[in-house]
Amino acid sequence: MMLLDTLVQGVMLGGLYALFAAGLSLVFGIMRLVNLAHGDLIVVGAYLILGIGTSIGINAFLAAAIALPIMFAFGWLLQTALLNRVLGDDILPPLLVTFGLSVVIQNVLLQTYSADSRKLPVGPIESASLPLGPVTVGVMPLITFGSAIVVILALNWLFYHTALGRAFRATSDDPVTAQLMGIRPRRVFAIATGIALVVATIAALYLGARANFDPSIGPARLLYAFEAVIIGGLGSLWGTLAGGMVIGVAQAVGASVNPEWQILAGHIAFVAVLLVRPRGLFPRAND
Amino acid sequence: MKAVLTLGVGLAVVLALALVPVIGPRILVQDLFKVLCLLVLALNWNLLAGFAGLVSVGQQAFVGIGAYVMFATTILWGWDPLAGMLIGGMLAMALSIPIAFFAFRLNGAYFAIGTWAVADIARLSFGQWRALGGGTGTALPRDATREMFGVGLVRDLLGVSPAAAIDAVTYWLALGLATVMLVACWLFLRSRMGLGLQAVRDNPVAAQSVGVDPTRLKALVFLLTAFVTGLCGALLFIQIGRITPDAAFSVIDWTAFVIFIVVIGGIGTLPGPIVGVLVFYGLQRLLSDYGTVYLIALGLIGIAIMLFARRGLWGGLIHCIGFDPFPLGHAAPRLARQSIKEDAA
Repeated sequence: MMLLDTLVQGVMLGGLYALFAAGLSLVFGIMRLVNLAHGDLIVVGAYLILGIGTSIGINAFLAAAIALPIMFAFGWLLQTALLNRVLGDDILPPLLVTFGLSVVIQNVLLQTYSADSRKLPVGPIESASLPLGPVTVGVMPLITFGSAIVVILALNWLFYHTALGRAFRATSDDPVTAQLMGIRPRRVFAIATGIALVVATIAALYLGARANFDPSIGPARLLYAFEAVIIGGLGSLWGTLAGGMVIGVAQAVGASVNPEWQILAGHIAFVAVLLVRPRGLFPRAND
Repeated sequence: MKAVLTLGVGLAVVLALALVPVIGPRILVQDLFKVLCLLVLALNWNLLAGFAGLVSVGQQAFVGIGAYVMFATTILWGWDPLAGMLIGGMLAMALSIPIAFFAFRLNGAYFAIGTWAVADIARLSFGQWRALGGGTGTALPRDATREMFGVGLVRDLLGVSPAAAIDAVTYWLALGLATVMLVACWLFLRSRMGLGLQAVRDNPVAAQSVGVDPTRLKALVFLLTAFVTGLCGALLFIQIGRITPDAAFSVIDWTAFVIFIVVIGGIGTLPGPIVGVLVFYGLQRLLSDYGTVYLIALGLIGIAIMLFARRGLWGGLIHCIGFDPFPLGHAAPRLARQSIKEDAA
């Protein structure tokens, strides 16, 4: 029973990691950009939700709804003003620019909000739980997991059933030919980063509701997200969810053995999967 | 003639730096020690990212491994810290083999985060080492560093306190390491292998077609830089005297600073890291009172360099003046040049 409980908690945690990872996966899939500041942008989202919530005095869920368009605009601006300028054949400039951005964001947050850890207040739902057969599951983890599935369904729909998704796929496959068809890759990239930050904001809501956060936790979230993407296989959103679940279950099992082994167990699962299946569980693209 | 001048200036600078512990204040010795160690780390990272195309964000793994192994040999087995430093470097190199085996499966940008994850694994694993204090870390015993090789001699010669003598010895070691590293980089990059490496960086397909094996060369660079990074990590923590997993495997201290130093100075140039470390030191002196503002400034400068002057300060300078005082290529053979002239005539 203990084991089943651990597995269920791990799967729920995996939903959160899939939310961290979905934005990263989207941006990489479309423009081959690895955003090293992705974890810090999630933390920015969490502080934004906190700021909106406390200044207007509304629930964190409502505050997150207000934060979504703001973060979309921020992502659009970030891509247009900064990241579009460094995209190219050379992988070094985008890596170094996003790494610099990561350090800048962490320290601006530190300067503004201090190193104190914060939490998003979500009300009584925070401690509510549901009996599900033999195990009891918290309502918040369940909502997190459900949101992860909804987000991935929505992204898949966007990708395969809309004109914008067609533009995304076309630009990803061949930007030059896409341009001949009247698509402007830079605009497509800006929208993609905007959407990635919308997903990051949803992730931030559950991150902040689940546990404490402070300005320094971004890089660790980036690592979990990245591991989920790689385990799942590049280019597959459902794979990313599976990858998140692998990391989540590994962490839950590790933590049940020894609390200090939680994060280590996740990392080791990542290395193990990569050694057995170098291209991840569900590889799609050839890169 | 130019080579002799460069050599002369270089020797004079090294000699002047070597005299600092004899005539300078101790605080300057400690500051310059940090600068020299960062220079060694920067030269290594430049070799990896600027020449071998391996953008690692996990070099702190080797700093930490070197430092922890040095602590283990000193505290658990009672060895001299300097012997421990050598073992630390060698073990860092040994561990870089399985790490390379894993990380080389990831290419390009994913290599960067893969190495970062490996460094985090190392941090968490060494944090489990109870004999060295686990997550809270431990300190080097006072006697171990006081009785370190060379400290007694320096004490007698300079007539200073044991602590100052330790600073002097570690400083000279750092200076030696930086000098050797600089000369070794220069020789390596102009060697057959170094030229092959630069050829791979500039055009992998063309390089392979003339018989260069990119993976072998990259693996070699990864191993050698792990060795020197491990040595430098052990040396840093002999001087610091206290170790925690978070400090030894700090991504900011041992990788982020190093990346900014190389990017600002000029990535893929040999003098770039030197220029970068001077700018870094200047900024640190200027902004050290402001804490986080200093890191924000470094990040913004790094971004600005990548946006507007991708070659960095040194690369930009040689682009402007149109000649490179430290060329890494070889001049065309005399005979060939003469025959070209004759052809033209």
